[in-house]
Amino acid sequence: MDRTADPRPQPPHIHAGTDVGRLMRCVLYALIPGAALQVYLFGPGVAANLLLAAATAVAAEALMLGLRRRSLAALADASALLTGTLLALALPPAAPAWLVVTGSLFAIVLVKQLYGGLGYNVFNPAMAAYAMLLIAFPLEMTRWPPSLLEAGVPWARLGLDGVTAATPLDGLRTGLLAGRSLAEPAWRDTLAGHFGGRAVEWINLGYLAGGLWLLSARAITWHIPAGMLAALALAAAVAGLADPLHQPGALFHLFSGAAMLGAFFIATDPVTAATTPLGRVLFGAGCGLLVFIIRAYGGYPDAVAFAVLLMNLAAPTLDRITRPRTYGHRRRRR
Amino acid sequence: MEVALPGSGHGMRLHRFPGGVVLPDHKEASTLLPIAPAPLPARLYLPLHQHVGEPAEPRVRPGARVKKGQCLAAAPAYVSAPLHAPTSGRVIAIEDHPVPHASGLSAPTLVLEPDGEDAWGEREPVPDYTRLDPSALRNRVRAAGIVGLGGAAFPSAVKLNPGPGRRIHTLILNGAECEPYISCDEMLMREQPEEIVAGALIAMFATGAQRCLIGVEDNKPEAFVALRVAARNSPDVELVQIPTRYPTGGERQLIQVLTGKEVPSGGLPADIGVLCLNVGTAAAIHRAINLGEPLLSRVVTVTGSGVARPRNLETRLGTPLETLIERCGGLTVPAPRLIMGGPMMGFDVPGPEVPVIKATNCVLVATPADLPPAPPPRPCIRCGECARVCPVRLLPQQLYWYARHRDMEKVREYQVFDCIECGCCAYVCPSHLPLVSYFRYAKTEILERERERRRAERARRRAEFRRARLAREKQERAARHAAKKAALKRAAAGDTGGAVPQVPEVARLAQSLAPAGPGDEGARRLRPDERTVIEAARQRPRARHYDPEEGEAGATERAPDHGPDR
Amino acid sequence: MNAVVVLTVLATACGLLLGWAALRFRVEGDPLVEKIDALLPQTQCGQCGFPGCRPYAEAMARGEADINRCPPGGEDTVRALADLLGREPKPLDESRGTPKPPAVARIDEQNCIGCTLCIQACPVDAIVGAPKQMHTVIESECTGCELCLPPCPVDCIEMIPRQEGLERWKWPYPEAATA
Repeated sequence: MDRTADPRPQPPHIHAGTDVGRLMRCVLYALIPGAALQVYLFGPGVAANLLLAAATAVAAEALMLGLRRRSLAALADASALLTGTLLALALPPAAPAWLVVTGSLFAIVLVKQLYGGLGYNVFNPAMAAYAMLLIAFPLEMTRWPPSLLEAGVPWARLGLDGVTAATPLDGLRTGLLAGRSLAEPAWRDTLAGHFGGRAVEWINLGYLAGGLWLLSARAITWHIPAGMLAALALAAAVAGLADPLHQPGALFHLFSGAAMLGAFFIATDPVTAATTPLGRVLFGAGCGLLVFIIRAYGGYPDAVAFAVLLMNLAAPTLDRITRPRTYGHRRRRR
Repeated sequence: MEVALPGSGHGMRLHRFPGGVVLPDHKEASTLLPIAPAPLPARLYLPLHQHVGEPAEPRVRPGARVKKGQCLAAAPAYVSAPLHAPTSGRVIAIEDHPVPHASGLSAPTLVLEPDGEDAWGEREPVPDYTRLDPSALRNRVRAAGIVGLGGAAFPSAVKLNPGPGRRIHTLILNGAECEPYISCDEMLMREQPEEIVAGALIAMFATGAQRCLIGVEDNKPEAFVALRVAARNSPDVELVQIPTRYPTGGERQLIQVLTGKEVPSGGLPADIGVLCLNVGTAAAIHRAINLGEPLLSRVVTVTGSGVARPRNLETRLGTPLETLIERCGGLTVPAPRLIMGGPMMGFDVPGPEVPVIKATNCVLVATPADLPPAPPPRPCIRCGECARVCPVRLLPQQLYWYARHRDMEKVREYQVFDCIECGCCAYVCPSHLPLVSYFRYAKTEILERERERRRAERARRRAEFRRARLAREKQERAARHAAKKAALKRAAAGDTGGAVPQVPEVARLAQSLAPAGPGDEGARRLRPDERTVIEAARQRPRARHYDPEEGEAGATERAPDHGPDR
Repeated sequence: MNAVVVLTVLATACGLLLGWAALRFRVEGDPLVEKIDALLPQTQCGQCGFPGCRPYAEAMARGEADINRCPPGGEDTVRALADLLGREPKPLDESRGTPKPPAVARIDEQNCIGCTLCIQACPVDAIVGAPKQMHTVIESECTGCELCLPPCPVDCIEMIPRQEGLERWKWPYPEAATA
């Protein structure tokens, strides 16, 4: 068995200058518009969650790297920071500190480091943690405060009053179950904003802006977001045409919940997504379709986390069946 | 993409190959000055294996005096090339010397000491090659020792022979030179375009090609114009300007750009009727046929921040790199990296005493400013950038994972042998993974395993055959023994039919054929005269057992184990 | 009640489907011994305690021999055998010998007396010779098993490491010191 490694410098001897750390930092910068809007609309709780989750994530990663006897220089790739941030943005602003810390620890220690660290995890750490928290602590995870647009309290007190309101998606679900229909303007106005869900449409817009910037900076490719948004829009549009009284349609779905965040920041996590171009489109499309199905017919109001986790499972198969045709070969080899 | 060539009135549709990267050129520094002749060094070092195929076998002994152009080593096989003396002088030795190879190993090298006279031997130019039979033309190309000068060093005579059943209709000259820093082809195209076109015409005649396409990247406008002027009287030779993109200069990629066709995997361009030659090779063919000069020298780019005055030098084969560096003004820093080739596919050479060989196109004397040291690799994040830039449409990230875990079957399944080792994938990898190294490792590992498997298979068959043979011999012996016993019995009972003579020799034969004991099949007892010989031999100094740990010096004397005494 | 019926029907249907699939997609594989033998290095050295690789393979197929008895095969072979036979990979049995770099035997022609004892000992017939004639080892067929060394009465055989050379040089495994 050849165990001797080659100590010489390996060709190519020049490099494009890209770097994992830079990629992750790009993503973090792109989150700023949406996250800022989220803080503005839902109060300082979001900011507190962000700080806590990020700090816990980085600390947990440092601890695990030390336990695994790896160099701490790996912290420079900012991947733990990103995971903590994404988790915090998915959590309700009023989430208690222990919830945030638990989620962050679960994401980094269990889902990422115990599987082998960066590049080896099967599931998206932030979404796996979110799913775990949702199933383990359903009460705390579904207690959303009203947004700034609805609450009559000053910004600094948002989320601290103990008053809860339904998110647009949640309200849609409970209303439909109670037999309401979208033809009732009073009920509809509690859900719908100008084009998407009430208040959350701005947050989604912010993430969309950030996502488009990410595309232009070539930190992500168009395949996954396009696939996901197209599938979600198509499914929602078809459903909306078929059943306009109970299905709010494409625009609503695209701009509510974590749709934009998921399409540009969560599903595009390169480690857990498919890698071939066609595979990525299918991955995104699968996510989008699952998001719609779970939202419309499933047991949870927002579905991005579960959709992404389910597609994570399918990613290796997608890679295998979408292998591109190599130069000089006639057909795709399986 | 329509490229209408002014003056030729003939637009040609260009195609694209997938992937590829746009690299910074770095060619300005070495293209300011014209090609200059490199000085004659004190010694020329000519490795016998400078080409693809069997190494050349020496035809001169140390001490022999040779003339310029004289054949020093002959090609022992079809896929091989001879070696000629780049100048007149005396053969000093044929010994191992460091050669420019990625392994850093030494190989048999012919050392020539020039006598300074540069006297030619006999030159036999062909006055009119169109009168020659193409096969005779190819033999002349072979005898001139011409190999691909683009870096692959494949014997050109073999390439010019597509074989029965394959017809070449298009000759492509590769003037792309896509790797940064390298400019030897560019300068050759600018200064010797007529030679290149002449060589192209010879190659067309030798292969029966109807047209010739010369592809030149668009970052070399002067070269393009010079060639166009040189080819103006040859209507079958077309100049095509192609977009600058790495690795357009790869044979398969260039063919795809110019013709839109793909060379089948595992096949040759001749399979689709195309032949691709480097412009330098074409010029060498012209010199060999029209001037009778074998391949003795080539243009080498000496560049990089580590050398004072970068330029291109017409260099005799066997010139040590230090001679070239000195001619270019010497080093600017004390210990720069010496890379033979370009920054994408070149390798570090062990030292400046390494000689120029037929495949050497560039010496990159690099400082950290040219080639910044690579940061340590991070884990693969499966971003897919590598697959996006791969010109062969492989999946480098999958190949990497499988090669990393030594799963050679899967690596093979993902077609690692189609990889052209261009380095685009590693160039863009954000985790700075040495991807090309993994693929190279995988390829040679697979080849070695194949070799081992074939060896093991042969050994297995031989062992099986031996077992069968021994079983058969045992059977035959038993049958003979039984027959003898029966005959003896008959003789004892008075039956004279078929009497067996009771001769001492037969008795001894019977005795010697009887097995000496259980499990001792095939052994026989030693005769007395043999015993004497053995005793005498035992008195001789003991044979030594080679111990790889200690090497020759510490060979141990081990008491041999002779087994049971017979 | 409906549930019980539905599940029973489902189970029966699946069982029938599986049974049909087992028959329809049956793969006629090689016998186990061939597969095991294909993994062994064919050195025929006998260090495993069996007279050759094939007998060892047969013993392993019968379950009589452990998989870690082959030094020339090394760890790689142990692992491959463990994979094939579904057993736990073990470290090499040190008592059988240590893995050595590949070597070939060479007869010192000055000392050879032409006794044919090494020819008889070679398990792959890689030594050419006849009584009273010079013996020599066919280098390309020699497996390096060293079985010819003990029988030689004049001890004229030595083991030489197989040459690497430029043609057989391999790219080394790249060092990837990842986090």
